[in-house]
Amino acid sequence: MPDDLINSFMTGPDENGRFGQFGGRFVSETLMPLILDLEAEYEKAKTDQSFWDEMNHLWTHYVGRPSPLYFAERLTERLGGAKIYLKRDELNHTGAHKINNVLGQIILARRMGKTRIIAETGAGQHGVATATVCAKFGLKCIVYMGAHDVERQKPNVFRMKLLGAEVVPVTSGRGTLKDAMNDALRDWVTNVRDTFYCIGTVAGPHPYPAMVRDFQSIIGKEAKEQMMAAEGRLPDTIIAAIGGGSNAMGLFYPFLDDKDVRIIGVEAGGKGVNEKMEHCASLTGGRPGVLHGNRTYLLQDDDGQILEGFSISAGLDYPGIGPEHSWLHDIGRAEYVAITDKEALEAFQLCCETEGIIPALEPSHALAHVTKIAPDLPKDHIICMNMCGRGDKDIFTVARALGWGMDEAD
Amino acid sequence: MTRIDAKFAALKAEGRKAFVAYVMAGDPDYDTSLEIVRGLPGAGVDIIELGLPFTDPMADGPTIQLAGQRALEGGQTLNKTLELARAFREGDDTTPIVMMGYYNPIFSHGVDRFLEDAKAAGIDGLIVVDLPPEEDVELCIPAQKAGLNFIRLATPTTDDRRLPKVLQNTSGFVYYVSITGITGSANAVATDVGPEVARIKASTDLPVIVGFGIKTPEGARTIAEVADGAVVGSAIVDRIEKGESPADVLAFVKGLADGAHAAG
Repeated sequence: MPDDLINSFMTGPDENGRFGQFGGRFVSETLMPLILDLEAEYEKAKTDQSFWDEMNHLWTHYVGRPSPLYFAERLTERLGGAKIYLKRDELNHTGAHKINNVLGQIILARRMGKTRIIAETGAGQHGVATATVCAKFGLKCIVYMGAHDVERQKPNVFRMKLLGAEVVPVTSGRGTLKDAMNDALRDWVTNVRDTFYCIGTVAGPHPYPAMVRDFQSIIGKEAKEQMMAAEGRLPDTIIAAIGGGSNAMGLFYPFLDDKDVRIIGVEAGGKGVNEKMEHCASLTGGRPGVLHGNRTYLLQDDDGQILEGFSISAGLDYPGIGPEHSWLHDIGRAEYVAITDKEALEAFQLCCETEGIIPALEPSHALAHVTKIAPDLPKDHIICMNMCGRGDKDIFTVARALGWGMDEAD
Repeated sequence: MTRIDAKFAALKAEGRKAFVAYVMAGDPDYDTSLEIVRGLPGAGVDIIELGLPFTDPMADGPTIQLAGQRALEGGQTLNKTLELARAFREGDDTTPIVMMGYYNPIFSHGVDRFLEDAKAAGIDGLIVVDLPPEEDVELCIPAQKAGLNFIRLATPTTDDRRLPKVLQNTSGFVYYVSITGITGSANAVATDVGPEVARIKASTDLPVIVGFGIKTPEGARTIAEVADGAVVGSAIVDRIEKGESPADVLAFVKGLADGAHAAG
């Protein structure tokens, strides 16, 4: 790592929205004035105490922050090595970290006088969080969701409808998360005056990657303080799962300049990264390209056509990754590994049995990597993993994978 | 002077408006697509916009998206799109070809190599939807240096404050997007478009061509009345989607071209 060349890893992006070569503003001219407006408004809000007062109030009273930092004692014993802490963001209102970011963006949308909120969603967690906050503020909410995901995530579709959102099944392209994002962008380009696009991850054109990271950084800030209180020192290793990478960026960012802290991002390896693209590991199995407003690592063919990812977890099923992760990967500040569906399912079960916590499939990937490395680490090595979502939404998928024959229709 | 500059000089001398037709390269297959493209000048098309297929065309409506999918499923690639342009050039050395698409296939090919290959294939200009002026160093500046026109989109959201930035590194012509929205959606309205074109022309000597939401000969005529020309894409691609023969597609194109050319 080029310690001597970089004083801080926390100064990005530059004024062009770049993290090294990654990031940027690759959008059509129609959207360009809108994202420049958004950037200006966000820059204003960032240093406005009243904005953060409102955020903090809602984080405390509506979301339930701070989320606990929990010592997973039986899991630690079972693995027999490093001491494992879980940052319990699955206890947030709506069951995942997604709402941390949604609150920030919706408060911003209100400050900008926007009345119509659009969002894309894969597993439905970001859609549910957006529908929730829109209900709370009485804003119109339209969620674009791949037709395939609408089918496999029925409970979340129903939640969004209960919350008053309109869920639009996306059939264009292959009807997946990336297509949902395309259709959300098409909506935005059409409804430029009254609409705010609430992106669910640290991707998209500048300023989204930085803005979403800033809102999610509450995870890492809290974890740092809580770890100091519990152990009197920082963790040795921090780990989080990555689809687009927002929960991971939220945990990692406050630790980037703590150079003794090892940072590991876990991508979805699907059926295995070596097989024919049956995975979503953009960093492990992709190369740099331009999609959805930013340059980043992407799953693509030799012609630059975007490939579909594959993962048991709908929330990781995206062919790209946030540009800051691409940069952290290339400069070597963070390591990125891939975990297969099978390994994630095993970790899912282990977590249920040893800790009485049903994790979402996304953090189950991170946990699977914890189970790989913890046994070989000394007992005084501290790992902090982000438990970014709870598994209620996944029980049907897991039942199917384990051959339980439970069906949503039952 | 590129073929585009020459074409506009000729049109100006004749006092005519330009008709620009968009088709997706490789739609529905390479051979049919080449046959249609070869027939466009004879149908009255002044400039050909050749779509470069991409899996994720974020600014396009269903018609162009599906055309891209058909082309990709038929094995169309960036290289085959260049090949198609080259094949067209063998029989036509004057009709300008503007390649229109998204950045990733070009970036993936390598910008320098792409510019060399595009120039060699007889491409005259580029419209790359997801490269706003803020990203000019990526392709716009290198393209101009390589002698290719880089045609920028101006839109209803491009206000007076922003317009100079949009015009700064534009060449060939300015493509005014008549609506806020995607291709093939709302109708372009001449009374809305006229003042916008006038506003742009007050800041540049480049021709201003209007596209998006033009579907009929009459639409082409009314829009061409208030601009330097009109572009039709989705309405043509619709015919190709329906499986019309190249002759029928070209007859439809001729109607549109006649419409645009009837504008005074």
